[in-house]
This record gives sequence, structure tokens and C-alpha cells, in this order.
Amino acid sequence: MNTLSEAITWLNDPLNWTNPGGLLERLGEHLQISFWAVLIGCLIGWPVGIWLGHRGRGGAGVITFANLTLALPTLALLTILPLTPLGFGKPPVVVALAVFAIPPLLSNAYTGLRSVDPEVREAAKGMGLSGSQVLWRVELPLAVPYLAAGLRTAAVQVVATTTLATFVNGGGLGEIISAGFGLGISVGGNQIVAGGIFVVLLALAVEGLLALVQRLVTPRALRAARRRRPTAAAPAG
Amino acid sequence: MSFLSWDPVGVGPLAAPADDGPGNPWFSWQYVRDNAGALGDALEFHAGLTARAVLLALVVALPLAVLAYWIKPLTGPILALSGVLYTIPSLALLALLAPAVGTTTDTSVLIALVLYALLVLVRNALTGLTQVPDEVRDAATGMGYGRFGRLLRVELPLALPGIMTGLRLATVSTVALVTVGSLIGQGGLGDLILGGFRNNFYKAEIVTGSVLCLALALVLDLLLAGVGRLLTPWARRRAS
Repeated sequence: MNTLSEAITWLNDPLNWTNPGGLLERLGEHLQISFWAVLIGCLIGWPVGIWLGHRGRGGAGVITFANLTLALPTLALLTILPLTPLGFGKPPVVVALAVFAIPPLLSNAYTGLRSVDPEVREAAKGMGLSGSQVLWRVELPLAVPYLAAGLRTAAVQVVATTTLATFVNGGGLGEIISAGFGLGISVGGNQIVAGGIFVVLLALAVEGLLALVQRLVTPRALRAARRRRPTAAAPAG
Repeated sequence: MSFLSWDPVGVGPLAAPADDGPGNPWFSWQYVRDNAGALGDALEFHAGLTARAVLLALVVALPLAVLAYWIKPLTGPILALSGVLYTIPSLALLALLAPAVGTTTDTSVLIALVLYALLVLVRNALTGLTQVPDEVRDAATGMGYGRFGRLLRVELPLALPGIMTGLRLATVSTVALVTVGSLIGQGGLGDLILGGFRNNFYKAEIVTGSVLCLALALVLDLLLAGVGRLLTPWARRRAS
């Protein structure tokens, strides 16, 4: 409890927020990295998932890919990618995190398109809609809640995992924690705990915000049925 | 194996002579031979920590799942709590635990791992238990089973596929998560990965650590899949 109150004191010091490398600067880095990682993940995961779901095949491949990324330590990708032509700095971190954002986006998009009632699809075809018209006017609107669920899972996971960027000096809020460890537990304990609290609050805020978005884009009739659906498949990095 | 495609391990550099020259190859048998002892130690630590975390989590998770199954009002809170805990970053959890527990032992890593594994296990065990058909439950009651007898002889065996799925998921993600412990030098193979990165970007050390980590996850997953098949012979019979 002593460290906890010291951590609150640390958080109450304005200098710890505005200093170079302080909370505000790290928060900016954190959000920037997370944003690009999720964006890249969406640009790859959604089209592929939607296409596979529209075609109705590749389900086994989607599951295998998701399971493989589960076994792949984030730390491995974070340390290997800077040594490739990507170079050091933010790009390899963004790419590494995007790799972990793709599975939830892809599998939710796939599930969303697959879970469209076949009778609805048949009816659309019977009305004379072509394959791409069925996709754009029928399947995609019905799959929007799933896309939103995937975005929520992926974004929360990326925001949580961006903390690990500190292992390769990639910036983000993890730097606060590892700087605290650098000072040693007895001196930096307050900073370690303060960083931990801040990151937890950020993750919970993103989760809450996107849960709200998910609820807004889900039509009223579909809300009750989907409430019990388990969210994330694995703990974030 | 498609999981190797994320880096050029299998191509060119593998063939390059690693024992001389200033090169920094992606993989080197020389490195593996020279550091066999350290690699073995890290692998042993990694596997041991994973096993302890998953077993501890299983011992706690099963009673929790049964509790949530018996007392319906508890199901919602337990699932909601697990959802919230999922969003907590592992590094932050470690940061909150380490100052309280200390960094000289792997206890803080173990606690974090147990918490994460616990959530996967409870969720899957509960799903397995709730999927037991009502008729089966009624039949068991009709045959004179009490609450515990029914649980041990009917419900838990029928929930076994769900529990095994949870166990496999928990094990694989725990193997990957142990590496985060390298923040406080208790990361097993993660220490190798991070050590290689800090030691002038020694690629061979990084890649060897990563590959061993993936291999450990795959081996444990296959092992548990085999155990699952042995434990549920009826599912196999139905499939064939």
C-alpha cells in the first residue's frame, strides 16, 4: 500500500506529466503507434476476412493463422523486425503490432459474413442482385456489428501490447515502467506502479469507448442476442 | 511450416558459414553448440514456469467454474471480471506485482501468468459445463446421482472437450507470455531474445530463442491434443 500511495503522489506531480519523456509525450507516442498498427491491421485483415467470408472458404486457414500468432511471442517480432530492412524506430514496432491486430479483425470479419442467414442471401440473389451487390448491400451491413467487435478486440489488444515497445526502445507508455525498473525497485517503485496504473486506465478507457461504438453500430434487434459473446481470445502480449 | 515465413530463417543465410568472419547470421549452429547449456537452462526454466502456471491456474479455475455453474447469479460477474482483466496489459500487471513481490524470484511473473491462464480456463470450462444437455443432467439425477456424483461422473467428463480446449489455449499463450518476464530477468527464452537484442543485435541468439519458444508452444499443444484424445475416447468413436 505504501508504494501505491507513493505512485499516486508521483502521478500528482505535474512535472512527471510535462517533462521530456513524461507521461504526456509517452501517451502521444503510445496512441500514435497504436493508431497506425490498428489501421494497417484493418487494411489487411478486413478485406481478406470479408473476401474469404464472401467466398465461404478458408475457415481452417483463418483458425490456423490465429493460433500461430497466439504462439508467437510479441517480444520475438519486436526484436527481429528492427534487424530487417525496416530499420529501427517506430516502423518495425507498428508492423509487429499490426501482425497481432490482424487475427481478431480477420476472424471477426470472416465470422460476420459467414453468419449472414443463407436465406437472406438467397432472397437477395432472387431479387436479381449480383455477387458484388449482395456483398455491398446485404452481407456487409449485416456484418457491421462483427466488424466493430473485431475492431474493439484488436484495438484493446494493440493498446495493451504497445507497452512492450519499450523492450526495443520504441517509445510508448512502457518506457515509464522500464525507466522505473532502471532506477531500481526501491527508488523507482513509485514510478513503476504509477506507469502500470496509467496503462491499465488507458486500456480500460479504450475498451469502454469502443464498447460504446460497438453498441452504437449494432442495430437494436441484434443487441440482446450478442451480449453474451466472449470477447478477446487471448491475453494481450 | 508456414510460421517460419515471417523471417528469412529458411533461406540463404542459413547456409552461410557462421564460425568465422564478421557476419551476423540469422542462425548459426556454432552458436547453438557453444551455448547448448544456457539454451537448455532457459528452455527448462521456460517450460517449468509454464507448467507451474498452467497447473496452478487449473487447480483454481475448475472450482471457480463449478461455482459459477452451480450458482447462476455468479456467472455474469465472473465472466465480466475475466473480460476486464483481459484488457490489462501484461507489462502493467507485472509492474504492479513486481514492487510488491520482489524481482529476485519468478513469483511475480508466475502470479501474472496464473491470472491470465485462469481467465482462459474458467471461461472455457464454464462453456463446456453449460453445454451439457439438460436431458443428460435430468437422466443422471433420475439415476440417483447426487450433486457431486453427477458433477464428477457426468458433467465434468462431458465438459472435458471444453476444458481441454481452454487448457491448450492457456498453455500456448502462457509460453508466449513468459517472455514478458524478461523485463525483470525472469523470462526464460525471452531473456535470450532480449539479451541478443541488447548484445549488439546478435541475430542468432534472438532467432534461436524465438524458434525454441515457438517449438515449445507447438510441442505442448500437440501433447495436450493427444491427452485430450486419450481422455475422450467417445468423441473419437463418434468421428470415425
